[in-house]
Amino acid sequence: MSGAFVGMPAFPTAARAALGDTQLRRNLAHATRTIRDKRAKVVAEVEDWEELRLAGAGVKEAALRDLATHLETLEASLVGAGATVHWARDAAEACAIVAEVTKAHGADEVVKVKSMATAEIGLNEALEAEGIAAWETDLAELIVQLGDDLPSHILVPAIHRNRAEIREVFRRRMGDVGRPAPDDLTDEPAVLAGAAREHLREKFLRAKVAISGANFAVADTGTLVVVESEGNGRMCLTLPEVLISVVGIEKVVATWADLDPLLRLLPRSSTGERMNPYTSTWSGVTPGDGPQEVHVVLLDNGRTRALADDVGRQALRCIRCSACLNVCPVYERVGGHAYGSVYPGPIGAILNPLLHGVSDEQTASLPYASSLCGACFEVCPVRIDIPSVLVDQRAAVVDSHRGDRVPKPEALAMRAAAWTFSDSRRLAWAERASGLAGRVISRLSRTTLPGGRAAAGRLPGPAAGWTGARDLPVPPEESFREWWARTDGGRK
Amino acid sequence: MSARDHILRRVRTALDGVSPAVEVPPAPRAPDRGDLVALFVERVEDYRAVVTRCAADEVEQVVRDVVGAARVVVPPSLGIAVDDAVGDEGFTATELDGFAAVVTRARVGIAETGTIVLDHTPDQGRRAITLVPDLHVCVVDASQVVADVPDAIALLDPARPLTWISGPSATSDIELDRVEGVHGPRTLHVVLVG
Repeated sequence: MSGAFVGMPAFPTAARAALGDTQLRRNLAHATRTIRDKRAKVVAEVEDWEELRLAGAGVKEAALRDLATHLETLEASLVGAGATVHWARDAAEACAIVAEVTKAHGADEVVKVKSMATAEIGLNEALEAEGIAAWETDLAELIVQLGDDLPSHILVPAIHRNRAEIREVFRRRMGDVGRPAPDDLTDEPAVLAGAAREHLREKFLRAKVAISGANFAVADTGTLVVVESEGNGRMCLTLPEVLISVVGIEKVVATWADLDPLLRLLPRSSTGERMNPYTSTWSGVTPGDGPQEVHVVLLDNGRTRALADDVGRQALRCIRCSACLNVCPVYERVGGHAYGSVYPGPIGAILNPLLHGVSDEQTASLPYASSLCGACFEVCPVRIDIPSVLVDQRAAVVDSHRGDRVPKPEALAMRAAAWTFSDSRRLAWAERASGLAGRVISRLSRTTLPGGRAAAGRLPGPAAGWTGARDLPVPPEESFREWWARTDGGRK
Repeated sequence: MSARDHILRRVRTALDGVSPAVEVPPAPRAPDRGDLVALFVERVEDYRAVVTRCAADEVEQVVRDVVGAARVVVPPSLGIAVDDAVGDEGFTATELDGFAAVVTRARVGIAETGTIVLDHTPDQGRRAITLVPDLHVCVVDASQVVADVPDAIALLDPARPLTWISGPSATSDIELDRVEGVHGPRTLHVVLVG
């Protein structure tokens, strides 16, 4: 079983460790460059990409603004089409529902198509505790599961592994849980994919119960949509007798026609293809075709918390394409594990605090895991303004510490700055002090910034954390006000 | 309070004072690309699927050449004579695994994305028969080809199970390199009629 994100260190600590792993950095640099180029090529093909983004964002935003109505419509459509609808307030409730349905059919194993929602709620671990084996069938999820690893990317959970590492995982572990890898297994991607096909086929053919998520849920028709590449999704959605889909409540769109912009935006943003190999849609039960018992678990697990946030609500538009990860200079260097969540990268840095709040140190560190360069917003197919939400979540983190008995150094510095700036005499005094400091530091400084200005090197004390990775320009010896007084505003 | 009522109440509380009115701009249409059928062929081939174009009276011969000696399963009303083909009788997944090929028709073809959509009516059969065999021969009529995704969405019936197929099964999970052939049919052969 793959592990879960439990007790992860805060981002700066985890990032430092990841940056020291040169193999990881090489794998990530190669993979993210490949996918960025592919995306750019197919996006450039669409003349009205910006209009398409606006349409996609509009469809999702409209669905969110009237979510209760759409959820009730979805429930009625699903029930009308023969599905059973369950509601789960949190991860524990959702896992319990899935386990109960599985056990009711006497199954001790399930096949799974990749689903972020089930990863988020830790479903595999919960089922394992109930004696049910959950087999991941997406190639990358299989690599993560067999390697007892953690996912590090939304689309390609094993992006941190290269082909040689994957070959090793297959050779070592496949035999423990089913059909072993062939003896002549090479590290050719096609050969590795072939080994996964052979290994999983017996599981598909015998599975009674399958578990999926959904990319979209159409309220007025009760249709669920799964977008995939390998065909493992089709296997899970078609062959077993029972299908359980765990669907976040934010996946709802109002109408069948609303799928149009989204199905055009997602594959180009995600895998950089005009269309992904397979998209399956189904509305409840079809007599004589596919699973004859269909369950849908509608999941909250923090989504209503995010929905209440006027700035952060837009994060629920996310269609999990992962384009923001691939363009993020921070993600490209540290990888997904440092974010300590199944949702890494820029979207994870806002989604996790919005879903769960910022009361724990790890989640509170995520809004700072960004240089605010804005590349994520530029590529987002549903126009989530991630930088603005990051800034707003930083404010939420600061606000959450306002009542602290021992204030943080940053809060003390800000209080001191507010006191100084609120009185012109205090400010003048501070400027004289800073000018004096500037004269002293520039004598000692051995660093020169582009343009010739001196910079302070590593400072001692509380400033060490800041100057450890940045140059601090030496304060000017003369302040603007002093210059104005001396030259009469430049006239002398 | 039930989980259902609790969640719906939380949703309503979260959106208290938020206007549900959002102006949704219409999705733009792709410009006229000229010969749709030619574009469809080009884009299907771009996924490394095989395309054969033929006239209506050549379909049976073309299909015969493509499937060769493979054991073939066909849907109930294919409307094309295929030598020694076995009609689907609700085979189990394991039984279907014994077939090497399947021949079906399709509901619609999308030129812009090189996609074929099956709605699993009797000329295409149950979803399982186009999934388990390794070769899928799909006969598409030129008149079924539409320009883009919105045209297909307008034609399709969401009450039916639908399978959108763009090339053979593939993965990009190893170093983000596209590799054909994982769980679905490893060969997709499109026979375009007309």
